Amino acid sequence: MALVPYLTGGFPNRDVFAHHLHTVAQAGADLLEIGVPFSDPIADGPTIQHSSQTALAAGATLDSLLQTLRATPTPQPRVLMSYLNPLLAYGPQRLLAAMRDADATGLIIADLPVEESDEWLTMADAAGIDLIFLAAPTSTPARLREIAARTRGFIYAVSRLGTTGVQGGLADGLASFLSRLRAVAQTPIAVGFGISNAEHIRALHGQADGVVVGSRLVSAIDAGEDLGEVVRELAEAC
Amino acid sequence: MSTIVPDARGYFGAFGGRYVPETLMHALEQLAAAYDEVKRDPAFQADLASLLRNYVGRPTPLYFAERLTRQLGGARIFLKREDLAHTGAHKINNSLGQALLTRRLGKKRVIAETGAGQHGVATATACALLGLECVVYMGSDDVKRQRLNVLRMDLLGAKVVHVESGSRTLKDAINEAMRDWVANVQTTHYVVGSVVGPHPFPMIVRDFQCVIGRETREQMLAREGRLPDVVVACVGGGSNAIGMFHPFLNDAKVQLIGVEAGGRGIDTNEHAATLSTGRVGVLHGARSYLIQDAAGQILGTHSISAGLDYPGVGPEHAWLKVSGRAEYNFCTDDEALDALRLLAASEGIIPALESAHAVAQATKMAPMLARDQTIVVCLSGRGDKDLEIVEGVV
Repeated sequence: MALVPYLTGGFPNRDVFAHHLHTVAQAGADLLEIGVPFSDPIADGPTIQHSSQTALAAGATLDSLLQTLRATPTPQPRVLMSYLNPLLAYGPQRLLAAMRDADATGLIIADLPVEESDEWLTMADAAGIDLIFLAAPTSTPARLREIAARTRGFIYAVSRLGTTGVQGGLADGLASFLSRLRAVAQTPIAVGFGISNAEHIRALHGQADGVVVGSRLVSAIDAGEDLGEVVRELAEAC
Repeated sequence: MSTIVPDARGYFGAFGGRYVPETLMHALEQLAAAYDEVKRDPAFQADLASLLRNYVGRPTPLYFAERLTRQLGGARIFLKREDLAHTGAHKINNSLGQALLTRRLGKKRVIAETGAGQHGVATATACALLGLECVVYMGSDDVKRQRLNVLRMDLLGAKVVHVESGSRTLKDAINEAMRDWVANVQTTHYVVGSVVGPHPFPMIVRDFQCVIGRETREQMLAREGRLPDVVVACVGGGSNAIGMFHPFLNDAKVQLIGVEAGGRGIDTNEHAATLSTGRVGVLHGARSYLIQDAAGQILGTHSISAGLDYPGVGPEHAWLKVSGRAEYNFCTDDEALDALRLLAASEGIIPALESAHAVAQATKMAPMLARDQTIVVCLSGRGDKDLEIVEGVV
């Protein structure tokens, strides 16, 4: 299974973020997901909210984040995760071009459902950027089919109802959701939201192709834990 | 001008839509379908009409403010007395409608956001009446400045969650309510309190608030034999204004004016005049004007009135602005306070600070209009909740 570590871009500040990116890349990631900090992240729990606020207070912008990525090459592909408004402010075409320059080849937009995605999908396809869609346990069969048809690269399966953040166990019904999703998926499936330890990851073997771990890593950074060690443990469970 | 908005995807021209995490999409589809049913269901409409008449006390009066008119010496000013509706503001019109809708959806739990506390009180009231569990999210700064409404919500059996994140005002209360909804969407209906949020909320809230404008139209025709020349309402998210404006959209001669919160002046960073100063973006599920920085981060706002202290605005207002059908001005904190005092002294009516913005606009316009012209002000709420703020400023 692929490990997709998530880091909030520019958290806690630009230099330390670049260092963390390097650490995570060395420790066994298969793909890197970088969050674009936003003032009003409605899909995120307290941990990512806090990291976003800290990054913004330290002056993080989408532009500075792309510069950091350009200056910090990694062996793994990188995808950005964002809310729509900072992307609109930057300008979609300008963003997609800058992402290519920064070797960020995928884009997840948390508040862009399939209904609103026509223009973005056309532009991203033309720019050679994967637009990655989220699927949720509440998505109807028709919605899952549309998500599967539109997503590029992989499908981001939201493991549970709720925001991002460390949880005790995996959600009830996750296995059945993933099998419904698998039945329509034409790409790999990565599971995120609430995935925080080796036990969660092992339980997902055979059901998903990748796991996204975010809040656990942000908490580790906050607590001064050895980030490389945390990621290595997660990678071993994959 | 066509009034058949929004379209099937929830757009008012280029504004609106449905920009939310996938988890919520099915619930919005269900809500749109359920609303479509109740709109045509005579039993539902009769239930709502009966509650509005017997419980809310509708129709609310259209009152001729004779002394105020005489003092200002120009157009005659009428007040649409939403402050006399049960719970003291127009918010109850929507809360009752959506609480009935919650029952239709088979859900037992309701969440709401509130700024000034009026929508929280109205929703807590509707939930008490219909036996629904109610959780209200309120920014901790607003909890402090609208303490009386927090006490009312407590008494009505609602749980008030103090939101400490961000600017600790209405925007952050909406963020937190949306997070709750994402986690509990299968059991919970989110009673959005203004004409904001993802489709179908701006349409549903508008439809439930249109009773304001429909009554006003009939009352003016019955009393004066003609429509008003000017209609004025305050705009935060914009629910009382849309409710007042919408029934007049096809009456091209009726001038519609929305009044935003100018705070300490729109050349400071301390205001909430979104339509006057903002740029188009996406927040809380819809495309509309926003107060944001160059990087698309939402900026802090200020208004003396908690209910107008919001960096967004309903998408239908954005459309009315761009199409030119309505115009949008602002009044400062000081102008609102002056208007509150003026109305209290001249008519014995203490308006909410939100509504005082609309009164202020009318006091500026009336002297410039002829004596046979008429202005209707939507007096969206009563000012009892604001006395501590007024005193503090005095």
